[in-house]
Amino acid sequence: MTDARLPDAFLTPGTSSFSDFLASVSPELLPSRRVLPPGDAAALAPHGTTIVAATFPGGVVIAGDRRATMGNVIAQRDIEKVFPADEYSAVGIAGTAGLAVEMVRLFQTELEHYEKIEGTTLSMDGKANRLSALIRNNLGMAMQGLAVVPLFAGYDLSQEIGRIFSYDVTGGRYEETAFHSVGSGSLFARGALKKLYRDDLDQGGTVTAVVQALYDAADDDSATGGPDLFRRIFPIVSVITAEGHTRLGQDEVAAVADAVVASRMQRPDGPSAPLT
Amino acid sequence: MSMPFYVSPEQLMKDRADFARKGIARGRSVAVVRYADGLLFVSENPSAALHKVSEIYDRIAFAAVGRYNEFENLRIAGVRLADMRGYSYDRRDVTGRGLANAYAQTLGTIFSSGGEKPYEIEIFVAEVGDGAADDQVFRLTFDGQVVEEKDYAVMGGAADSVTTYLRERYRLGLSRDEALRLAVAALGHNDTADRTIPADDLEVAVLDRTRSQERKFKRLLPAVLRDVLGAAPADEPAQADEPAQASGPAEPAAPTRTDPSVSPGEEPPVAP
Repeated sequence: MTDARLPDAFLTPGTSSFSDFLASVSPELLPSRRVLPPGDAAALAPHGTTIVAATFPGGVVIAGDRRATMGNVIAQRDIEKVFPADEYSAVGIAGTAGLAVEMVRLFQTELEHYEKIEGTTLSMDGKANRLSALIRNNLGMAMQGLAVVPLFAGYDLSQEIGRIFSYDVTGGRYEETAFHSVGSGSLFARGALKKLYRDDLDQGGTVTAVVQALYDAADDDSATGGPDLFRRIFPIVSVITAEGHTRLGQDEVAAVADAVVASRMQRPDGPSAPLT
Repeated sequence: MSMPFYVSPEQLMKDRADFARKGIARGRSVAVVRYADGLLFVSENPSAALHKVSEIYDRIAFAAVGRYNEFENLRIAGVRLADMRGYSYDRRDVTGRGLANAYAQTLGTIFSSGGEKPYEIEIFVAEVGDGAADDQVFRLTFDGQVVEEKDYAVMGGAADSVTTYLRERYRLGLSRDEALRLAVAALGHNDTADRTIPADDLEVAVLDRTRSQERKFKRLLPAVLRDVLGAAPADEPAQADEPAQASGPAEPAAPTRTDPSVSPGEEPPVAP
């Protein structure tokens, strides 16, 4: 803010989108405008892994494990991969950690910017579509191994339900019913949720179900971290209801994780589901 | 071809300043009052959609009087500037002072450039701090002047009488509701007769440092306003024992601007 007058671009009426504005004044700040030398860059940076989300009557729970890996190495034990996007939504990210965090920051700013300029929040579908556009712009980097795959969950104020959206690297946006999971451990997590999820679970039950699912993902996927009882590192769990976004406290998640681990002492494969 | 008449620079600037001042004086006032937990903005604004008070960033708010299209333009520019700065640095690096500077430069350049009509607006840029001592309120005038205000400030149409009313009754450490009742009474104050502004015609917002969210800006909805304003008669809020105690210089000759370089009754300089 050293130059005297605000540049004309700032005073030009038009877009309510922060990323569109950035593209016109400082395109170099956009993650998607970077030009990479050819080649596969996948091994350069840490990768985040499993994100799980599940709805319950009155809201949605989204949770992520805490591990980031680089090849066979654990790059970080306590990375955070679930972020509030605004008051009524949250986004969990699997894929290249650095780009993912940058994209989340851009997405958060995008939503807040729209809200401040227009004086109203975007609809749930509007938010999901904006995220889709940000992912689509990253396609070039995804093709070089730097993919970012988010899972977006939020409370839809007009329909009064929790909703979940998944994405592919081309920006494809898919609404999921009940529950979904992304990242390297997602197959195992989804398998677990298939057996554990019931649509009449309350908030506490849903939190337990997603922690169970993350445990199963960590059980079978080396890139997903389970609850770390010694360092007291537990999954990040966010709950979004009509009251807004709440990240569960460390103690709350620890209590659930301890109960899950205790039951696995008796039955390592987790709770059993009835055959028919 | 006609010969241009000579107009002295003093006359030119004075004309431009008079033009802007007239435009501003037509609108209704906006008051900002500091209370125990933050800053309170009150304006008389029958429209629920066209705001005079808005959020810029976590701790920063914007209030304006004058021509809507002109201040709306500056508001959007401010949101863009703040969001861009917060995105490329960090949320804590967005400051009210930086924003006030950018606005001042913009307004000043427009005012003194021959080609453009001066903006007929006045702006508050306010930032709430961790404690009451860190609160900052900047008043920006059409010519790019910046004045830092303390405790309370008023701009717009009847700024003089509203400021006088506030000076006589303001005290430090008001609660939010006391500050609201005081400000609403002040806005309704008139040299001839006081009136009560209906709650539905008020636009009220706070920067509340006790809010748990990072974003401290919050609008007070009409239901809340009716509760607060209905609870006590609007014309006897928080009568201070010593009216001039906390409100700066106590001259009886009411200077409306707190700019120390301007003595009471004198026109403020037109250019910084």
